Amino acid sequence: MIPLNYVARNLWKRRLTTTLTAGGLALVVFVFATVLMLDAGLKRTLMTTGEYDNVVVIRKGSGTEIQSSISRVQANIVEMNAAVALGADGLPRAAKETVVLISLNRSGSQQASNVVIRGTSPAGLQLRPQVKMIAGRLFRPGSAEIIVGSNIAGGYDGTRIGERLRFAQREWTIVGTFDAGASGFDSEVWGDADQLMQSFRRINYSAMVLKLADSELFERFKSDIDADPRFAGEVKREQVFYSDQSKALSSFLSILGLTLTAIFSIGATIGAMITMYASVSNRVAEIGTLRALGFRSRSVLAAFVLEALLLGLVGGVMGLAGASAMQLVSFSTTNFQTFSDLSFHFLLTPAIAVQTLLFSLLMGLLGGFLPAVRAARLNIVDALRAA
Amino acid sequence: MNALKLIVRNALRHRLRSALTVAGLLVAVLAYGLLQTVVDAWYAGAAASSNARLVTRNSISLVFALPLSYEARIRGVDGVAAVARSNWFGGIYQESKNFFPQFAVSDNYLDLYPEFTLPDEQRAAFLRDRKGALVGRQLADRFGFKVGDVLPLRGTIFPGTWEFIVRGILDAADETKVTNLMLFRWDYLNETMRKSAPGRANQVGVYVLGISNPDNAAAVSLAVDAVFKNSLAETLTETEQAFQLGFVAMSNQIIAAIRIVSYVVILIIMAVMANTMAMSARERTAEYATLKALGFGPGFLAALIFGESLTLCILGGGLGIALTAPAAAGFKSLAGGIFPIFAVSTDTLAAQGACALAVGVLAAIVPAVRAARVRVVDGLRAVG
Repeated sequence: MIPLNYVARNLWKRRLTTTLTAGGLALVVFVFATVLMLDAGLKRTLMTTGEYDNVVVIRKGSGTEIQSSISRVQANIVEMNAAVALGADGLPRAAKETVVLISLNRSGSQQASNVVIRGTSPAGLQLRPQVKMIAGRLFRPGSAEIIVGSNIAGGYDGTRIGERLRFAQREWTIVGTFDAGASGFDSEVWGDADQLMQSFRRINYSAMVLKLADSELFERFKSDIDADPRFAGEVKREQVFYSDQSKALSSFLSILGLTLTAIFSIGATIGAMITMYASVSNRVAEIGTLRALGFRSRSVLAAFVLEALLLGLVGGVMGLAGASAMQLVSFSTTNFQTFSDLSFHFLLTPAIAVQTLLFSLLMGLLGGFLPAVRAARLNIVDALRAA
Repeated sequence: MNALKLIVRNALRHRLRSALTVAGLLVAVLAYGLLQTVVDAWYAGAAASSNARLVTRNSISLVFALPLSYEARIRGVDGVAAVARSNWFGGIYQESKNFFPQFAVSDNYLDLYPEFTLPDEQRAAFLRDRKGALVGRQLADRFGFKVGDVLPLRGTIFPGTWEFIVRGILDAADETKVTNLMLFRWDYLNETMRKSAPGRANQVGVYVLGISNPDNAAAVSLAVDAVFKNSLAETLTETEQAFQLGFVAMSNQIIAAIRIVSYVVILIIMAVMANTMAMSARERTAEYATLKALGFGPGFLAALIFGESLTLCILGGGLGIALTAPAAAGFKSLAGGIFPIFAVSTDTLAAQGACALAVGVLAAIVPAVRAARVRVVDGLRAVG
């Protein structure tokens, strides 16, 4: 076996080349990792948006809360279903909500984005224990007060505490900022459902969220709603509901990212191959000497493959280090399905780190294998003569 | 002349290495071109829209409609020549991945869009049939719609299953206009809503305004909005182009990411190219020293290295540019209807060329400086 030390020192000897090749690999790895992180961040944001025991009821076929509408009568029927949990006050734990979009200007630009404004009630707040006030206070029911999620606060014009937003012929005062544990609610504005419906001249709610008395009751509740002829409702667990809403965005981001990575990895693999071929051709005499000393061609093959893998590893670690810095950045874009702005963070999970390193090793291996085979096949006599 | 010969000979010395480098460059230049084209395609809808049309919508957001009664009042504003209604329908054809835009439009809508062409008899048939629909050429090709076909849609905003009958195929007068859309009669939508949900009848999504003088767009917009100031439904009027750009801006971080990534690919290839040149120069240290010993100056050595680097880049870049158009055509057919307009612009081709040249120049700098600085004695002693 050729010692690992020899392999590492070969890379060190030609630092410029090693750095450039590893740098190319690192950039590809960086793109690969950030795409996976973006998708993971999006998924986590939507997973934490829902509670498993919570159920969303929308009008059949509408798909999103914004397109849905549920009348007051229908809402009362749903609320009275036996599967709905009761609170300490004996009232059903259900929130009848109105969800619409308003367009706000991003701070420091004239670009308008659609932001979700959710009219809810104290029951709605209780159903989402992840939502916590971080500044100011809650809106008072029955007043023109609103609170904004942590991704909205300051990111749009007029969204700081004490500032006012004007829409639907009224001035709305921002009285607080809430943190919803990196969920989709962080990109929303919340206010009192009845006040908002009044101002928007809406007579129907958009959707309902309720807690089941027992998680097992979901199927029964669903079949009750499906069978009820008084309305065409659609029942989904809250987590499923929110992740369904971003399927299109999620698959768009991953297809785009993985296509790019695939193209780029061709470039970087070629780079690794050039480096390894050069590494072999520069050391023909050295390889000959090693063979003459009694090292088998297998060992030479292993040494060069190892060198390529090491090169890949250096690139992988560099790329991963860059990618982990991206965790500080948040990404916001319009979800095509709900048409509203959603912001989320790049999330580095251990699984992504492992995948990324494997990917960089694979690029190193693909680039290094053919050169290594050439090195192993060199004829001892010819190789020694090359010196 | 001798220098040129040396450059070509040098480039051909390591055929495998040169071939790999050229292949790498080709991939990078091609990827860069495709990414730029994707960004262009994103803006295609906005680029093709007119400044002579205004769009009036509810100022809260597009989710809110405007009352039908506004139509007459908008028509009364000075400078407004025509007013048409348009409602976003948001229906699903078979499954949600078959997305295409559908609009319920008033009968005079097509008058405002002269860039759509339609045979007169098809237009008459459309106006005679309450359930009539017009589909764009791109859409018709995508799903094989023909005149007379029944087209069922499942409503998401307007509940129920809706049936339309294709009465005509819309063509675009020029290539840049997107025809991946479906138009149907606003009356059909409104009368159905009047029966099933009277509260939602007589609502107009947006008004499209034709104006007599495009130079007055800003003044007319302000005049229209002033009419409805402080009313139940305040309006926001902007040119059609600004309206479309508003949609593009919503995904601007994705576009920014694609832009950044398209430069990353150039960086990657720069690393590969710089590496190739660094290695070649390193191996030839002894030769450079010999050339110097023979009396050639550092400028000649630098010219040799730059020449070789540029030769490889021009070759790789040229091949990449040549392949961009066919690759874009292939990509377009693979992507289905996502990018109805996917054409490589001359700007993109120029940028590709500039990138390839920049890579060639930058990659040669360090090796050229090194070669120029090498001392004859050290160089002759050097072993690659």
